[in-house]
Amino acid sequence: MDTNQYLSMFIDESNDHLQALNENLLALEGNPQDISIVQNIFRSAHTLKGMSATMGYEDIAKLTHEMENVLDLVRNSKLDMDAFIFDTLFKGLDSLETMVQDIIQGGSGTADVTGIVDNLKKIVDGEHVMNKSESGSVKSSSERPQSHIELDEFQLSVLGQSMDQGNHVYFLEVSLREDCILKAVRAYMVFDQLEQNGEVVKSSPSVQDIEQEKFDRSFSVYYISGKEETEIERFIASVSEVDFVKVTLMDAESLSSMEAASKASQETAVGISNVSATIPTVTAAKIPAADSVPKAKATGNAGAQVSNRTIRVDIERLDTLMNLFSELLIDRVRLEQLASELRKPELTETVEHMSRVSSDLQNIVLKLRMVPVDSVFNRFPRMIRDLAKSLDKKVDLFIEGADTELDRTVIDEIGDPLVHLLRNAVDHGVEPTQDRIAAGKDETGTVSLRAYHSGNSVFIEIEEDGRGINRDGVLKSAISKGVVSAEQAPLMSDEEVYNLLFSAGFSTAEKISDISGRGVGLDVVKAKITALGGNVSIDSKLGVGTKFSVQLPLTLSIISAMLVKLGSEKYAIPLSSIVETGVIQKQDIRNVHGSRMIEYRNQVIPIVSLSELFLSPDYSETDEVETEIVVIRKGDKLAALTVEEFIGQQEIVLKSLGKYFTSLYAVSGATILGDGQVALIIDPNAMIK
Amino acid sequence: MAEETKFIVFSLAHEEYGVEVDKVRTIERMLPITRVPRTPAFVKGVINLRGVVVPIIDLRERFNLPQAEYNENSRMIIVALADLEVGLIVDSASDVIDLDTDEIADPPEVVGGVKAKYLRGIAKLDNKRLLVMLNLHEVLNKNEIIQLESIEG
Repeated sequence: MDTNQYLSMFIDESNDHLQALNENLLALEGNPQDISIVQNIFRSAHTLKGMSATMGYEDIAKLTHEMENVLDLVRNSKLDMDAFIFDTLFKGLDSLETMVQDIIQGGSGTADVTGIVDNLKKIVDGEHVMNKSESGSVKSSSERPQSHIELDEFQLSVLGQSMDQGNHVYFLEVSLREDCILKAVRAYMVFDQLEQNGEVVKSSPSVQDIEQEKFDRSFSVYYISGKEETEIERFIASVSEVDFVKVTLMDAESLSSMEAASKASQETAVGISNVSATIPTVTAAKIPAADSVPKAKATGNAGAQVSNRTIRVDIERLDTLMNLFSELLIDRVRLEQLASELRKPELTETVEHMSRVSSDLQNIVLKLRMVPVDSVFNRFPRMIRDLAKSLDKKVDLFIEGADTELDRTVIDEIGDPLVHLLRNAVDHGVEPTQDRIAAGKDETGTVSLRAYHSGNSVFIEIEEDGRGINRDGVLKSAISKGVVSAEQAPLMSDEEVYNLLFSAGFSTAEKISDISGRGVGLDVVKAKITALGGNVSIDSKLGVGTKFSVQLPLTLSIISAMLVKLGSEKYAIPLSSIVETGVIQKQDIRNVHGSRMIEYRNQVIPIVSLSELFLSPDYSETDEVETEIVVIRKGDKLAALTVEEFIGQQEIVLKSLGKYFTSLYAVSGATILGDGQVALIIDPNAMIK
Repeated sequence: MAEETKFIVFSLAHEEYGVEVDKVRTIERMLPITRVPRTPAFVKGVINLRGVVVPIIDLRERFNLPQAEYNENSRMIIVALADLEVGLIVDSASDVIDLDTDEIADPPEVVGGVKAKYLRGIAKLDNKRLLVMLNLHEVLNKNEIIQLESIEG
């Protein structure tokens, strides 16, 4: 079968299921007795298995199958989760992710999964708990593998009564052949045969699930009939593609023991919850209860195939849509111009209407690209769990505002810096358990990850209640590294000191992390966020904790900018970095140390000639008595740019300059103006040193 | 085995050059160019190609050939190499030909002043035309650009 056309769908859905598995496993780790979570996990694993088998990815199918076996025991309360099972399942999940990644990269999705499969098999066989004292409940249930189905009292009494009437009660296990294509149909045929010869009391999975093909290869049935065992076996086996049938005759004794067992299992269910509560959880990440409940529900719904009325769209198509749309906007400007020249009421009216429609359209197109940050955040709980475990720390991760939306392009870029900051928070921020106890803190550290909108920006904060940044430590190493001088050091504000952590010199020094507890690779984080047009700042209190705040633009596609003219050329300056525009007189420009400065609101700020900087071919302000200036800002530093003329403020669509220009001086991108011309966007950050 | 490949033929300072057709996105008449400051001289700037900003290189200047005014025959050949998309200004784009890759001979040391490393080979066409096959990888080599930028900047 040619499965290529389904590949992208497979990949998307696999990723969804893997994510759901991850989230639910984590939720389960925090709440091991919640069987409903296990159900969700089972469903995801099962779908994944089915999909990968259909697509021919055998290793994925094999691994999920084994995971499913374990989960099946768990959801039937025959096995309680422990650290080993969690670890094995997580490992299995990691392998699955690697395989799916491999498929995305164009690989065959194969991997050596025997080790994990063996471990999973051991779990199913109960081997890994042999040496444990609390394995009693596991053993008692493994003696009775056929108690797959739990009967309620009513069904038990029905069985008992029919036995009294001289009917036979059977427990049937029917398994279909592996290559069976229409499982539901075969199962239906089996049921049909059964109904003709007796009465089905209960089946597992339920008849409904079987009809919807929500079962693996086998199902089991409690069955009342007057026929003999061999006869039943014969007529079921006559249905084609049935692999094997096992018919067990039940007698009054086994029925009553089952009754006892079902009662006991209810009790053990309670027992299990007690046991698991006492098992020291090695957990790390817990999503706060308020957050995890609706989430679990959401995935549950997805499993039940409730249509959420969305479709997946390739991001490239959206980009194309954007490009086409900006073409349309350019034509709109043309039309508006024409209409105003021709002064035909009909034309003017139509053009006005078109303008309105197209600006609505613009809003929609932009909204299409907005994605909740959840798609980035959702991988962090697992990461924090693993990290905390490997560092032997206890950490809870709290996520707030996961539904905050950001442009897809920002989302794609923001993952790595956040991973870095979170790692940093757990590794260097949160103290080891002993230190926390010694400091009189709760032994479990907390890391909060918050996202929220504010104005035209999105803020993401990472706050932890760890040891805080040691100002003196940072300064000491900064001085030894030559980043600041010993005289400078005491004069620096705390903020300036913390900002040192972002300087490149800090990142390579291994020792510094021991002294200051910070500073590995943070310069990369800063660079990345700045490249996104964002900003990152640190706030810290020694012994109380540290907060990293990341400010990001809502979208990278559209910004407000001031268009300026330099002779025949037009440039755009992002409004976000403009403080003020104004006019200066030539005599107000002063020379300080050979550089030109002006006085601006009781400050002396440098003045930068844009025409000199950009080597303008047809403009120079040297002869002008009055010059227009734009005061720009980078952090708390200011500078004034001289321009020929202001054109005005405009929303501009950002365009990449392509891969050919790797490092352009003071230009951060381009935009297309109403007349179809390209205008370059100035990067004011490059102009202030 | 010889393979037939289609080549776009264009002229540059009275020489004829060829570039594989599958590397060519479109051929455009001259479009308004926006200068990008502080780039090497052969980088003419960027154009708006139906909503996409594309850098433009003057191929004459790239090869250090004598400059010429753009006229109505001048064309921008938009080539795409992996994720690089660049427009090349040429004197004119004239033809599309089929060529056996076997017919392409290794480049001699110097051809028409263009450095050999930019060339993939020379093909001799039936009517005694010589066609210079461009090595786009070298023509668009970014390392060189970065070097030039740092010298000028």
